[in-house]
Amino acid sequence: MAGFPPAFLSSTSNSFIDLIRDLAPDALPQPQGSPMSEQLPHATTIVAFHTAAGVLMAGDRRATIGNMIASHAMEKVRPADDYSVIGIAGTAGVALDLIRLFQLELEHYEKIEDARLSLGGKANRLAAMLRGNLGLAMQGLSVVPMFAGVDDSRPDGQIFSFDITGGKYEEHRFHAIGSGSGFARGALKKLWEPGLEPDAALSVAVEALFDASDDDSATGGPDFVRKLAPTVFTVELGTGVREIPADRVLATAAEVVAERTRKAQA
Amino acid sequence: MTQAPFYVSPEQLMKDRADFARKGIARGRSVVVLRYDSGILLLAENPSPTLHKIAEIYDRIGFAAVGKYNEFETLRQAGVRYADLRGYSYDRSDVTARGLTNAYAQTLAGVFTTESKPFEVELVVAELGRTAATDQLYRITYDGSVIDETEHVAIGGQADAITARLKGIVTSAKPLTEVVDLGIEALTAAGSGPLPVDDLEAAVLDREVPGHRTFRRLSDAALAELRSD
Repeated sequence: MAGFPPAFLSSTSNSFIDLIRDLAPDALPQPQGSPMSEQLPHATTIVAFHTAAGVLMAGDRRATIGNMIASHAMEKVRPADDYSVIGIAGTAGVALDLIRLFQLELEHYEKIEDARLSLGGKANRLAAMLRGNLGLAMQGLSVVPMFAGVDDSRPDGQIFSFDITGGKYEEHRFHAIGSGSGFARGALKKLWEPGLEPDAALSVAVEALFDASDDDSATGGPDFVRKLAPTVFTVELGTGVREIPADRVLATAAEVVAERTRKAQA
Repeated sequence: MTQAPFYVSPEQLMKDRADFARKGIARGRSVVVLRYDSGILLLAENPSPTLHKIAEIYDRIGFAAVGKYNEFETLRQAGVRYADLRGYSYDRSDVTARGLTNAYAQTLAGVFTTESKPFEVELVVAELGRTAATDQLYRITYDGSVIDETEHVAIGGQADAITARLKGIVTSAKPLTEVVDLGIEALTAAGSGPLPVDDLEAAVLDREVPGHRTFRRLSDAALAELRSD
């Protein structure tokens, strides 16, 4: 009989990943035969912190292969659904696949159940996906995500970091991941304060990423030539996920650069 | 069935099954799907706020059903699985109402002829085109027949009465507020009495909406604001 495969009609799962693991396992990211992480693009610094109204997540746009720049325009921070964002550092191909799979996992649940997962539920689901990805991580293709969002029970928002074994940790102030995260975290320690208003929050994010790009060759700074700004997303309960337009981020970046130039020449 | 003691002609067998399915469907309340100038309106008579007859399948594809809840819910979930898997394997733009309709039709036809009891459901699959000219409405009946409609389509017990009432009206040229009134009027006229908004379930596929998911449920308050009477 043509029509739907029997599993479509008999399945009781609301997980998209479980569905394709059964029906189309080839479509899932697969462990590779040999480690070749030296030749694959990597993606780098992502920061997230709490603001007055919710959370903010920002990431640079560079991907590298060894000492080469593989991409100037990669977007490593993406909306996971209307009320949460995900940012991923690590092997670019696996990272982008993981983002796409996670977005679909949330959408699939929402459509099957006609309800959104809670924020904690989404974070646990992501942790489970990483555990499933352990085979890849062991071969050097690790991806480490950061997840942030709001829901009705947590209107002020939550930020979660993860490790490659699927460990999940809540971050109560700010966090950074990726190769430039040490520098970004150092900057955030000095610049971040509770209750940041939108303009101040944007400027803190840009400064932290600028510090990371200053000292980490795998993190890109604001690109005034190609008009490529870091991706910056805010999540608030009232408005949901919003991307801050590139021209506004670039204007803030120009101010940061001007201020640093002034200090350096004084 | 293999050891049936008496001979039953295939005509009689099919007719009995069709009558059985039709009776089950006729007991239920109706759903009407209408195109409007910038989208598609799905409107159902449904007193339950949680057991939906209208649902989102994919970015631009909506689903409406009448009949037995457990049966169309199974079909709805299968549709979501089909669409999500297809969109993941290929691209989001490769998920089409025609492909989904074919899968529904094959499944319903298979159940109608081979299972001991046919599905007592009727479905509408609606796809919002990039332009109004490419909107698609498909009605799929319990035996897997597919009917392609142009302006509006009704399913359920009073489908014929509703279709008769809307006959000749080009809803795709009218704004949403007018089409909401037309839809409610048709449901009311075919039904038993006036329809307050909490007895209605409504959603739209909205061409104007930014982002890829165009399906949006209309709350009772939003529906009350749209209807004029």
